[in-house]
Amino acid sequence: MNKNNNSYIIAYAAILVIVVAAALSFAALKLKSRQAENVRMERMSDILRSIGQGGDADKAADKIAYINEQYKKYITDSYAVNTEGDVVKGADAFNILLNLKAEYDKPEDQRELPIFVSRDDAGKPLYVIPVWGSGLWGPIWGYVALESDWDTIYGVVFAHKSETPGLGAEITTSWFQDNFKGKKIFNQDELVSISVMKGGADPYDPYSVDAVSGGTITSRSVENMLKRDLTGYAAYFRKMRAGQDNQAVSPDAENGPQPAVDSTIVNNAGHE
Amino acid sequence: MSNMEKEPFFSAKNLRVFSLPLLRNNPVTVQILGICSALAVTAKLKPAIVMALSVTVVTAMSNLIISLLRKTIPDRIRIIVQLVVVAALVIIVDQVLKAYVYDVSKQLSVFVGLIITNCIIMGRLEAFALGNRPWPAFLDGIGNGLGYGLILVTLGFFRELLGNGSLLGYKIIPDSWYIANGGFYSNNGLMLLPPMALIGVGIIIWIANSRKKKA
Repeated sequence: MNKNNNSYIIAYAAILVIVVAAALSFAALKLKSRQAENVRMERMSDILRSIGQGGDADKAADKIAYINEQYKKYITDSYAVNTEGDVVKGADAFNILLNLKAEYDKPEDQRELPIFVSRDDAGKPLYVIPVWGSGLWGPIWGYVALESDWDTIYGVVFAHKSETPGLGAEITTSWFQDNFKGKKIFNQDELVSISVMKGGADPYDPYSVDAVSGGTITSRSVENMLKRDLTGYAAYFRKMRAGQDNQAVSPDAENGPQPAVDSTIVNNAGHE
Repeated sequence: MSNMEKEPFFSAKNLRVFSLPLLRNNPVTVQILGICSALAVTAKLKPAIVMALSVTVVTAMSNLIISLLRKTIPDRIRIIVQLVVVAALVIIVDQVLKAYVYDVSKQLSVFVGLIITNCIIMGRLEAFALGNRPWPAFLDGIGNGLGYGLILVTLGFFRELLGNGSLLGYKIIPDSWYIANGGFYSNNGLMLLPPMALIGVGIIIWIANSRKKKA
């Protein structure tokens, strides 16, 4: 057969492409559920790590089962708020989290921002806020766990898609993340967030941490991400903080985490 | 033809096909191929190892497939055929990594996809797989993949050790050595930057060349 015949070439290319496409679709279908499971597990595991739990996942025989179980144990509630500071009824926080980028692509007044609730050893509530932004090469994201004063950072976790290993990618290391513990995001009533300081931060400044050396742009991206995304929650935080000042006790210390429901339901109508 | 078929799987000739690219004709140090990814993924040891394995799988499998198809491939579209096969394999590798070693696949991120553009693979397909039988072609792919991997792992080893004081994420340099703790040692941040990777490759090529002259 003449291999340089046009019809042979076209038939050859067509068959090749169909066979390859079939093989790829088969692989994608076979692996899809496992990949989705990995993504879910990663989100859960990151939420857990921001409150200092789930660290033994690598030792567990079945990592996915372990994370699921730990997540059920520690994350007691989750809900979503809008940028005006009201709780959105009927929102599934975890589903929003799975597609957080899409949420941040919406206009500000339509966003539903997820909050995950846990408790520390003393039974005080901890609130985990997911954040999402752009790094140097691709998306970066993270979780900020706030103490019950909605101000002090209990722990943070950062992750990235394609930052440079050893440089920007260092934002995932514990030395960088431990920097954030105990820092504060509110100065009086102003949400100042956390600044990431190139050349080292003053250890006594509650609003800044050290940057990653060699990872200046990624560090700055972390700062911008925190500032922008926490600002979206600012109205809600203020409401909660105001509630605490009045009552002197955390409003949800006994009733489970349904913060300030009485004052918020009224404003919800437009956001469902 | 019948003589060829009786040739044992691990004949001297086949072993040579396998071992030549490891040192003597290493794709990175001798043919200067695949430099790009050698710089990109070697700041840490673990991504370097996974990248080396992925490239080995892709070179071996694409060599095998192209060699099986070699008598049917029309000359005029052979590069496209090669590219389709390589791209398909790379996507499968990427999907498998995402499903089974999710953490590592996140670290490698775009570089797995960029295996497609690794010149070693296309180079071997053109130079070897199109003119040889499947088994030697497969060995040639493994050999070249491992030859490339050897350089990657060597680079990754030194870059992570000197740049971070760790290997595979475990601390190697004792904490008490560091200047911050009253010691004398400090990590060399330059090791983690791309220029140092290039210099590192240069040093490895230098060593390889000077050894070769003696031999």
